[in-house]
Amino acid sequence: MSTETVAAKKSEALFSKRRKAIVTDPLDDDNPVTVQVLGICSALAVTSKLEPTLVMSIAVTFVIIFSNLIVSILRNAIPQRIRIIVQLGIVASLVIIVDQVLKAYLYDVSKVVGVYVGLIITNCIVMGRLEAFAMANKPYDSILDGLGSSFGYAWVILVVAFFRELFGSGTLFDIRVLPEAYVNNGLMTSPVGAFIIIGLIIWVQRARNGYVEEA
Amino acid sequence: MDLLNLAIKSIFIDNMVFAYFLGMCSYLAVSKKVDTALGLGLAVTFVLTITVPLNWLVYNYILKEGALSWLGEQYAGVSLDFLTYILFIAVVASTVQLVEMIIEKFSPSLYGSLGIFLPLIAVNCSILGAAFFMVPREYSIVEAGVYGFSSGIGWLIAIIALAAIREKMKYSNVPAPLRGLGITFIITGLMGLAFMSFMGIAL
Repeated sequence: MSTETVAAKKSEALFSKRRKAIVTDPLDDDNPVTVQVLGICSALAVTSKLEPTLVMSIAVTFVIIFSNLIVSILRNAIPQRIRIIVQLGIVASLVIIVDQVLKAYLYDVSKVVGVYVGLIITNCIVMGRLEAFAMANKPYDSILDGLGSSFGYAWVILVVAFFRELFGSGTLFDIRVLPEAYVNNGLMTSPVGAFIIIGLIIWVQRARNGYVEEA
Repeated sequence: MDLLNLAIKSIFIDNMVFAYFLGMCSYLAVSKKVDTALGLGLAVTFVLTITVPLNWLVYNYILKEGALSWLGEQYAGVSLDFLTYILFIAVVASTVQLVEMIIEKFSPSLYGSLGIFLPLIAVNCSILGAAFFMVPREYSIVEAGVYGFSSGIGWLIAIIALAAIREKMKYSNVPAPLRGLGITFIITGLMGLAFMSFMGIAL
């Protein structure tokens, strides 16, 4: 895995151009889901309705930002050989916190999201950002990087969920939007719909920014 | 017969990839050639067959409420349920490491073909996902083993099929922005549609 070290000047503005780029790059050109192909498992599984998707994006944002922060603080203390297991330990502890909070305050949603909260542990976005960024950069930059990556992830899964819920159930956030006469498209609520929609999103996005993959 | 049913169900109907989106990252990344796909698929099956029963033991003898009663009466009410995530991932990660070392020691040729995939597997969601699914379904240890093995086979079939299709895709003219990832997702969707026809099969 490559390590991106960004050379930082001694005293830098809180929101310098470089730092802005850390946040905005993953939103489009370097999107974790559609360009780097990370974190697909949980990206698709929860997207049949908007509400669990929103909860899931908040959970992932929390885990990415805090694991980035913690690993970045500890980066000089973590021995190279066992870094993966240390990172997994940190991520797993954060995920346990998220899971317990969800069970306590949002029990209905936590039943829907179910095992996929646990699977944030193996979400490659989290591990990928820890390996590629947090292990080599200062805490504040790492937080910004986590923010950018998780927003890049969040908008993609929210768009997928928007279309799946709209056409699959005719609702948005469980509020009826399409007229009663609309016959629900069962394909959208099944996993197949998710695959096709994300394929189309990638198509649109890449047609726009001109990124072409060598097949 | 129940075991056979369970196996068929987890291979075709509840397929890891098409029904639960598990292990998607490596599924998409390592499916350009059939050979490598086969190697990774075998490694996943191998690790799943070992870790699911192992996690079953961990859950039933350490984590579950009352599971610690073998230590003595006073522990009968203890539930370490909340530690499930961290313990499962620890079991998976250390098993993968162990399997890697054992294979390297005893079968260098197998290590040559599977070895490079093993580190990838520790963070493959299908391994951890199978362990999480096993808990609410209350399998016995034999069922857990069968479940792990057949889930792995289901994943293996899915990735080989995708790799074979992608090898043929080289000869088709895909629209440029859709090339690579985009078309792979759509193919996966269509394959999922095909797998839906297995629904309801039971012996």
